[in-house]
Amino acid sequence: MSLISSTSPHTTGKTDTGAFMRQVLYATLPGLAVLTWQFGWGSVINVLWAVLVALLSEAAILKARGRPLGFYLKDYSAVVTAVLLGLALPPTAPWWLTLIGVSFAIIVAKQLYGGLGMNPFNPAMVGYVLLLISFPAAMTRWIAPGQTPEPAQSWQLFLGQAGVDGFSGATPLDTFRTWAGNASELSGHAILHGQFAGLGWEWVNLAFLLGGLYLLARRIITWQIPAAFLLGVAVPALIASLVDPVRFAGPLFHLFSGGTMLGAFFIATDPVTAATSRLGRFIYALLIGVLIWVIRSFGGYPDAVAFSVLLLNLCAPFIDYYTQPRTYGHRKANRGVGS
Amino acid sequence: MLAKLFGGTHRKNRVYDFHGGVHPPENKQQSNGTAIQPGPLPARLILPLNMHIGAPAKPLVAPGDKVLKGQMIAEPVGAVSAAIHAPTSGTVSAIGPRPIQHPSGMDAICIVIDSDGEDRWVDHQGIADYTELSPGELVDTIRQAGIAGMGGAGFPTSIKVNLGDHQRVEQLIINAVECEPYITADDRLMRERAADIVAGIHILQYLLNPRRTLIGIEDNKPEAISAIKRACKGCDIEVRVVPTKYPSGGEKQLIQLLTGKEVASGQLPAQVGVVCQNVGTAFAIQRAVCHGEPLLSRITTLTGDAVAQPGNYETLLGTPVADLLQHGGVHSQQLGRLVMGGPMMGFTLHNPAVPVVKTTNCIIAASPQELPEPPPEQPCIRCGSCAEACPANLLPQQLYWHAKNDDLDKALHHNLMDCIECGACAYVCPSHIPLVQYYRYAKGEVRQRAADQVKADKARQRFEARQARIEQEQAEKEARRQARLEANRKKKEAGAAAPTGPSAEQAAALKQASLEASKAYKAAVKAAKTAEAQGDDNAADLKAEAERLKAVADKAKAAVRDAKADAPAVAAPADDAVASLKKQVGDASSAYKAAVKAAKDAEASGADDAGDLRARAEALKATADRLKAELRDAKANAPTTPAAPQTDPVAELKKQVGDASSAYKSAVKAAKEAEAQGADNAAELRAEADRLKAVADQLKADLRDAKANAPAPAKAAPAGKAPPADSPKVPESDAPQSVAGVDPEQAAKRQKRLKALKTAYNMAHKQYKDAHAALERAERHEELSADEFNAMQQKVDKLKGKADVARDALDALVEEAKADIRAHTGKDLKTLKLEAARAESALADKQQELAQRRDSAAEETLEALEAELKALETEAHIARKALKQAVEEQGLVEE
Amino acid sequence: MTAVLIAIAALLGLAAVFGAVLGFASEKFKVEGDPIVDQIDDLLPQTQCGQCGHPGCRPYAEAIAEGEEHNRCPPGGQDTVDALTDLLGRDAMTVDDDGAEDADVTKVAYIREDECIGCTKCIQACPVDAIVGAAKLMHTVIVDECTGCDLCVEPCPVDCIDMLEVKPTLQTWGWNRPAGIGQRPDSRIEVVNL
Ligand code: SF4
Ligand code: SF4
Ligand code: SF4
Ligand code: SF4
Repeated sequence: MSLISSTSPHTTGKTDTGAFMRQVLYATLPGLAVLTWQFGWGSVINVLWAVLVALLSEAAILKARGRPLGFYLKDYSAVVTAVLLGLALPPTAPWWLTLIGVSFAIIVAKQLYGGLGMNPFNPAMVGYVLLLISFPAAMTRWIAPGQTPEPAQSWQLFLGQAGVDGFSGATPLDTFRTWAGNASELSGHAILHGQFAGLGWEWVNLAFLLGGLYLLARRIITWQIPAAFLLGVAVPALIASLVDPVRFAGPLFHLFSGGTMLGAFFIATDPVTAATSRLGRFIYALLIGVLIWVIRSFGGYPDAVAFSVLLLNLCAPFIDYYTQPRTYGHRKANRGVGS
Repeated sequence: MLAKLFGGTHRKNRVYDFHGGVHPPENKQQSNGTAIQPGPLPARLILPLNMHIGAPAKPLVAPGDKVLKGQMIAEPVGAVSAAIHAPTSGTVSAIGPRPIQHPSGMDAICIVIDSDGEDRWVDHQGIADYTELSPGELVDTIRQAGIAGMGGAGFPTSIKVNLGDHQRVEQLIINAVECEPYITADDRLMRERAADIVAGIHILQYLLNPRRTLIGIEDNKPEAISAIKRACKGCDIEVRVVPTKYPSGGEKQLIQLLTGKEVASGQLPAQVGVVCQNVGTAFAIQRAVCHGEPLLSRITTLTGDAVAQPGNYETLLGTPVADLLQHGGVHSQQLGRLVMGGPMMGFTLHNPAVPVVKTTNCIIAASPQELPEPPPEQPCIRCGSCAEACPANLLPQQLYWHAKNDDLDKALHHNLMDCIECGACAYVCPSHIPLVQYYRYAKGEVRQRAADQVKADKARQRFEARQARIEQEQAEKEARRQARLEANRKKKEAGAAAPTGPSAEQAAALKQASLEASKAYKAAVKAAKTAEAQGDDNAADLKAEAERLKAVADKAKAAVRDAKADAPAVAAPADDAVASLKKQVGDASSAYKAAVKAAKDAEASGADDAGDLRARAEALKATADRLKAELRDAKANAPTTPAAPQTDPVAELKKQVGDASSAYKSAVKAAKEAEAQGADNAAELRAEADRLKAVADQLKADLRDAKANAPAPAKAAPAGKAPPADSPKVPESDAPQSVAGVDPEQAAKRQKRLKALKTAYNMAHKQYKDAHAALERAERHEELSADEFNAMQQKVDKLKGKADVARDALDALVEEAKADIRAHTGKDLKTLKLEAARAESALADKQQELAQRRDSAAEETLEALEAELKALETEAHIARKALKQAVEEQGLVEE
Repeated sequence: MTAVLIAIAALLGLAAVFGAVLGFASEKFKVEGDPIVDQIDDLLPQTQCGQCGHPGCRPYAEAIAEGEEHNRCPPGGQDTVDALTDLLGRDAMTVDDDGAEDADVTKVAYIREDECIGCTKCIQACPVDAIVGAAKLMHTVIVDECTGCDLCVEPCPVDCIDMLEVKPTLQTWGWNRPAGIGQRPDSRIEVVNL
C-alpha cells in the first residue's frame, strides 16, 4: 500500500489560478456588451481574434521552451491578456493590428521574461503601447459616438477592406485635448455631455465598473488598487477643475472617459505586475491615477492608462521594498534597507 | 494610562481580532458525536524518550525489567525535559531506535514495553489539599508526572508554570479553541469532564496567581461552551467565545484575540505577562495532583473516511498508530494518507508503527478523495491571497520568492522566522504552491547556515591556533639551532689552536715521568697526612703541594695513554684484527675520557697547561673516532653479529615494491615522452605503465598485508639492512652551519608553496585516479554511449593534465630546493640522507652488540662499548639533524 | 533647438545633483568594514583543505586579495564564488571544481580504529587538529571538529581513514525544497505493516 507524504497543510482551498482568471473574463462581459452596443461588433471580433492569436502564440512559445502545453494553457492567463488588449483596441482595428499587438504581448512581454508570474510589465499594456507608438493613426481611430457600424461593416473594418472615415471620430478625451477653438464653446460641446460624462463612454465605463464590483465581491481583487486608482484620477481632477473649470475637465468626466474603469479594475489590478503589499498596492494605484490625469491634462496622448501602468510596473518592486507590513510581534515594519 | 483606566470596563469582555485567517471545512461532526471511548491495550507500547520539546528523558529501566503502570521509566534531564511513565504493567523488552512522531520518518530511541495485560498500578495517591503544598512542591509534582503541553508543541508544563519571583502573570489563558479541522479531542473532553478541567485550572491559578483567567473556545462548540460555563459558575474564570477562524488556536493568535497583546518576535508569552495552557493539560494536571496519576494516556481523535468508527479514544501513550487504527476499524484499501495532528499543521506518517505520544491530538486516516494528492505547483501570480490570510501579517508571496531562490537574507528580512507554519497561506493559494514547505526548507537552510558559520569559525580558530603553534615551534627550533651553531663555532676555534699529539718516541719518557710524578704525589700525600696528624703548621702547604703533584701525575698518565693510543700498531696483536681494533677503540676512548678529565681538573686548578690538555683530549677523540670507523668497516667486512635473515618476506616485498614503482615511473616517463613526440605507441606505453602501476599497487597492498601479518619482522627490518660499506663520514657541525646560509624567509615561503603544491597535486591526482577508475569501470561494463565515453575520456585527460602540471611544478620546486641544499651544504640531499642512514645503522649495530655482551664481557669492555655507543649516538643525532634541517628549511618533507 | 538644449541642460543638472547626493551618501554611510582579507576569509568555508592550492583558507584569502582568481574553492561551491563576486565586484565566475563529487555532501573522516598503527601522520596532516592520538596508539577523529577536508586520508600508510557522509539526524534534518513549478510536491511512501 502506498500513502501520500507531503507537507502540511494537507487540505487546500478550492481556488485555482485558472478559476481566478476565468472570473476576470466573466467580469469583462458587461463592458464588452456595452462596447458592442455603442461601437458595433468590432470589439467582439477583436477580442475573439486576440484570444485565438494569444493561445496560438502561447502554445508555440511553450513548445519552443519545452514546457507542457496543457498545464500552462489551463491557467487562462494568456486569454486574459488577449481579452484585455482586445477591449483596449479601437473597434476599428484591422486584424493585423491585433495580431501584432497580441503576439508581441504574449511572446515578448510575457514568455520571454519567463512566463506567468515572471513578467515585470503588464503584457497587454506592452502590446498596446507598442501599437500606439508604431501605428498612432490606426490606434486613435475610434468610432464617433452614435455612428455605430453594422456587423458587416465591422467585419470589413476588421479585414481592412473598408475605410473607416465614415464612422471614425474623436473620442470625448480627444476632443477635449485637441480643441483649438474657443474654450467656452468646448464646454458646450455635445460630445462632452452624455448623461453624466462623455457621450457613449459613460456607459462603457459604467459597465466596466460593474464588472469590477463583481470581482471585488468575488474577492478576486482587493479594494486598494481600484479605489486608489480612481482617487488618483478624481482628486487632482476635482482640484484642477475648481481652479480652472474651462481648461480642466471635472472628476466625473475623467472617471467615466477613456479607459479609466477598465484600467482601475482590470489592468492595474493585474497582480503579477502590481505592487504586492496592501499599502504598496494603494500607493501604486494612486500614482497610476495621478499620472493618468497628468498625461491626459498636459501630455501628448489622449489617454494614458497604458503608459501610467507601465511606468508604475517599473516602480512596483521599489514600492514593495518600502511598504512591507509590520509583522506580528515586531514593533516596526522592516522597510527599506537591512533588518 | 487614562485611556486604560476609563476604557477598562468596556474593554473587559472584548474579543479582539487578528490579521488574516482562513475557514477550512471543519469536518468535526464525524468524530464529535460519540463519547470518549477507551483505547486499545496493545501488546507492545513504544515510548519515545522525546515526546516533548527539549532534552530526551533518561531511561531508568533496562530491558528485561518488570514495570508497573504509572512507574517512572525515564526521568527528566535538565530543566526543559519531562518524565516518562509506564502506561501499563509489563516488561521492558527493548530500549532502542524505533520510528517516532517526526515528519522525517526517522528513528529515535524509545523504551518498548511488552504489556502483560494485567494493567496493574504502582502505588499512587493524590494530594488531598494541594493548597498545603508550596508552589515549588506542586511544580515538582507536575514535573514528576511528566506533563507536557498537550496542544501540539509539547513544551514541558513544569517550565511554563514555574515563574520567577519577579514575573507577574496578568492573564492565564486556557486554550480550548481547537481551531484545526477534524480534531474534537478537546471538545469532547470539555463536554464530558468539565469539572475536572476546571479543577485543573484552579491548580494553575494557585500556582500562577494570575490577575485574570480566560478560557478561549471557538463558537463552533456550543455544548462544550455550556458545559464549561456550568462548571465555572461561581468562580473567577471567564469563558470567552471566539469566532471560528483558523488559526485562532495558535498560542500567539489566541493571546491577541483575548488580550490584544502581541508576543514580541522571539519571545515567550510570559514576557508579556501571559501564560497559555491547553485544556488537556489542565485536565492532566488535575489527574496528577488530585489522583497521583502521571500522564499515561490522552484523548486522541481518530477520524477520516477510512475509519469505520471515528471518534475520540482515551489512548495509552506509546500505542502504535496501527493498533489504534485497528481498534477504530480501518478500511485499509481506502487509506490514502495518514496524518498525525490536524490537516493544517499535522504531518504525514511514514509508518503506522509510530506511537501515539503526549502531543498526538489526532490521527486522520483519510481516503484519497478526502485529502487528495496536491495538484502540481503553478507559478505564483502574486495575487496576494496569501498575504490576506497570513495571521502573522507576513508577505508569503515574497517569502516564497526568496525561499525559492535561496535568497535567505531577503527572506529573513521579510521575517521568515516569524512564520508560524500555520499553512493558511498555502491553503488559499490558487496556484497550489506548497508555501509552507518552502518556508520550512528556508528555515532549515537558515539554521544550517548558522551552524555552518559556527563550525567555520571554530575551524578557522583551530587552524589559526595550529598555525601559530607550528610557527612557535619552528621559532624555538631556530633559536636552539642558532645557539648550537654558536657553541660549535667556538669549539672549532678552540680546536684549531690545538697542537698535534705527541710523537711515539716520547712515549717511554712520558711513562717514566708519569711514574715519577705519581710517586712524588704519593709521597707528598703521605707527608701531608703525617704533618696533619702532628698538627704541623705547614700541613696546608703540604696538601697543596700534594694536589699539585697529583695533577702532574695525572697529566703524565694521560700523556702516556695518549702515546699508546697514537701507536696502536705496536701494541695490538695482529691475529684478530677486529678484536684488536675493538680494544684499541676502547683504549682510545678511555684515554680520551681521561684526557678530558685531566683537562677539566687542570682548568679547575687554574693550571697553565689546561689549554694543552684540552687540545690533547680533542686529538684523542679524533683518534678514537677514526678507530671506531675502522672497527665498523672491519665489522662490515666480516659481520660477527647475526644479521636478520636475508629472506625476510617483508624486506623482499619492499624491494619488489621499489622495483615495481621505479619500473612504473620509468614507464610513465617513457609514455610521456612518446606522447610529447606524438609517437604512435604512446597509448601502448601508457597502457604498459598502467599495468605496471597495477602491479606496483598490488605489491604495495601485499606489503601492507605482510606488515600487518608480521609486525615483528617489520620492526626488525632496520637490523636486516646491510651495514654501510664505507666509513661513515660524520657530518659534524658543518651541515647545519652551511644550511643556515639560506635565507630563512625565502625558505619559509618555498616551504609554504611546496606544501600547497603538494596538496594541489594530491587532490588533482586523486581526482584523476577516481575519474580514471570510473572510466575503466564504464568501459568494462560498456554502459556508456560513445559520446559520453569521449566526454569522460576528455575529462580524465584534463584531470590528468592538471595533475601533471601540478606534479611538474612540484618537481621543479623540489629540484630547486635540492639545488639549494647542495649549494649550501656542499652535499646533495642524497648524501645527507645516506649519512644519516649510515649513522643510524651503526648506532643500531652497536646497541645490539652492547646488549649481547652485557653479561659476558669484562667490565672494561663494556665501558668502552658504552662510550662508543654514546659517540655513535651523537653522530647519528648530528647526521639526522643535519638532514632534517636541510630538508625542513627547504620545505621538503620526507616522502 | 532651445528646447533640446534646455532638456540637455536639465538632464545634466539632474545627473549632477544625483551624483552629488550619491557621492555624499556613500561617504556618509560608508561601512567601516574589516580589511578585505578578513571579509574574504569570512566567506570561505574554512575547510582548510588546500584544494585551492594554498595551505588553508586564510592564505587563499590573502591570495585573492592580491588578485588571484576567486573560483578555486571547491568546498565552498558556486555559492561562495558568487558571494566573493559580490564582495569583490569582480566578473562572475563558475567554480573550478572539475566535476568533483557533489560539494553539498558533507563528509567527515573516520578512522577504523583497530587498523590504525598509530603513526601520527594523520595528526600532522590535519589542518584543524581534529585528530587525537599518540605515537603507536590508536587515533581517532573528533567528528565535531573535522572539516571533511580529506587531507588525512592520503598520508595514512595503512589506508584506515574513510570519509563518511554525515547522515542527517533528527536535529539536523530539514525539509527539501519543493520540486518546483509543474511538479507535485508530495511523494509516495510504501507502507507494509497495516
Ligand atoms: S496566494 Fe499563491 S499565487 Fe497568490 S500571491 Fe500567494 S503564493 Fe502567489
Ligand atoms: S504559514 Fe507562515 S506565511 Fe503562511 S500564513 Fe501561516 S504564518 Fe503566514
Ligand atoms: S579550497 Fe579548501 S583551503 Fe582553499 S579556501 Fe576552499 S576550503 Fe579553504
Ligand atoms: S595516519 Fe593512519 S595509521 Fe597513522 S595514526 Fe593516522 S589513522 Fe593511524
